[in-house]
Amino acid sequence: MNGLESLYQELMLDHSKNPVGFGLPEGDPAAGEGQSHQLNPVCGDEITLRLGVTDGKIDGLHWEGHGCVVSQASASMLADLVEEDAPSPDELAELIAKFREALRSRGAIPLDAEVFGDAAALSGVSKFSARVKCAMLGWVAAEDALRQATQAE
Amino acid sequence: MHAAPLDVDRIRADFPILGESVDGRPLAYLDSAATSQRPRQVIDAELEFVTRRNAAVHRGAHTLAALATDAFEDARAIVARFVGADEEQLVWTHGATEGLNLIAHSIEDASAQGVERFRLGPGDEIVTTEAEHHANLLPWQWLARRTGATLRHLPVLDDGRLDLDAAAAIIGPRTRLLTFAHVGNVLGIVNPVAELVALAHRHDALVVLDACQSVPHLPVDFPALDVDFAVFSGHKLLGPNAVGGLYGKAELLDALPPFLLGGSMITTVTLETAEFLPAPQRFEAGTQPVSQAVGLAAAAQYLDALDMDAVFAHEAHLGARLLDGLRGLPGIRLLGDADAPRVGLAAFDVEGVHAHDVGQFLDSRGIAVRVGHHCAQPLHRRFGITSTTRASSYVYTTDAEVDRFLEAVAEVRGFFGLGGGAAA
Repeated sequence: MNGLESLYQELMLDHSKNPVGFGLPEGDPAAGEGQSHQLNPVCGDEITLRLGVTDGKIDGLHWEGHGCVVSQASASMLADLVEEDAPSPDELAELIAKFREALRSRGAIPLDAEVFGDAAALSGVSKFSARVKCAMLGWVAAEDALRQATQAE
Repeated sequence: MHAAPLDVDRIRADFPILGESVDGRPLAYLDSAATSQRPRQVIDAELEFVTRRNAAVHRGAHTLAALATDAFEDARAIVARFVGADEEQLVWTHGATEGLNLIAHSIEDASAQGVERFRLGPGDEIVTTEAEHHANLLPWQWLARRTGATLRHLPVLDDGRLDLDAAAAIIGPRTRLLTFAHVGNVLGIVNPVAELVALAHRHDALVVLDACQSVPHLPVDFPALDVDFAVFSGHKLLGPNAVGGLYGKAELLDALPPFLLGGSMITTVTLETAEFLPAPQRFEAGTQPVSQAVGLAAAAQYLDALDMDAVFAHEAHLGARLLDGLRGLPGIRLLGDADAPRVGLAAFDVEGVHAHDVGQFLDSRGIAVRVGHHCAQPLHRRFGITSTTRASSYVYTTDAEVDRFLEAVAEVRGFFGLGGGAAA
């Protein structure tokens, strides 16, 4: 696999074309929900993400945005992971921290598919330091939204 | 007048970095509008200075200090001549951004002190364009806010040219200052300086020219263009980083108060007040980019030896090749598609593929381009997009590199699953 194909895996192209969790619900976030807008000023990529916490689980993660394959696929993979696993707020915070650590490792720490699901396909991004911010965009939005949702509880 | 065409193979041999490869592929450097590469002659001039001449300039009586000062001032004379100016009219800056901020801040100070030529207040208008680099927009937003003047913008036509009909309507008795790029950093079109200067001067407005993308690529003579101020950057001109030039008409520089205050720009200082040196040193407070200025002078001499008419002919040729090639590809939207004089620069959108992904694909082929908004968000918004891919050439760029770039762009949509065929 050459450098480019290790970055743009088929799974990423699929997610960017058919994103999971795309589309924000109408109206303002309710109590117990958090919403965050993140912008990458370098390329103008934007993601707005909303999530809620019900009975100690993340319940409903939705997002909208536009940008490159990496940023859009990464947000979609996060939404997919949350939908499948319904993690607790602490578990999600830990996933985000581990994801960040792996992406900043310049390829030293791979993402485990058992833990990260489709998002494990983003391992290759960590070797492209200029693209780490793209992959983090949705996850940073989730981190911020989670902080708001749990503060509001 | 036809200058001899550039001998690009010979030129390339002067640029060590062009021998680099990217992941095993030869580098095709098509990002010179962001920063240009440096020939051996520039690297050697800077190395020679720091190796044998380095000392503080304009202070100290020792031999080395005198040699350093001579080198610094000789460099000023060479660079000034390169843009048609006298040395007293060329202020060293750390780059065009600093130059534009200097003009805006000094005008604000002069206006506050009641200097009539620079007076700005409510009812007065500062005019810029929709196409400016943020460096030629934000200082004027600041100046308008500080003085109560109104900031207005000349519109850009769909084909990328400035709307001169609108300009004739906007530039009027209220206009106190007009500022625009000589060559747009996204559109690559050479703007009609003479027409715009005539419109502004008819109403006694000052003209500021952002010449960052023109001085490197075409013959430029600021006094002949009759602009009041102009700025350019060394690093886009085969020169080092962190050095640039600010040109001003002598009587305007003499009437303008300093921006940065400190050492090396004064005559007498008391605890309460200070008197300043004449231009250009009045505007050169603190440590100056001395070795960089020496390197920039070497760059100006290098370009002089190539002949700027030949450089522009080369740029125009590559610009046409880029444009013709991109126009022939499906799913490509060019920004600034006008048949107007232009340098070797093209910014474009690939339908369905984000510019960052386009740039990544090209990088995998060894082709270096710029992606993003190129510090011109309002211009991208005007065309309804957030980012583009930009290819830009210089004296060392070959036809073969442009063709390699075009072949790679043709494959982008296919790689991202959009099919390389007809536009969707």
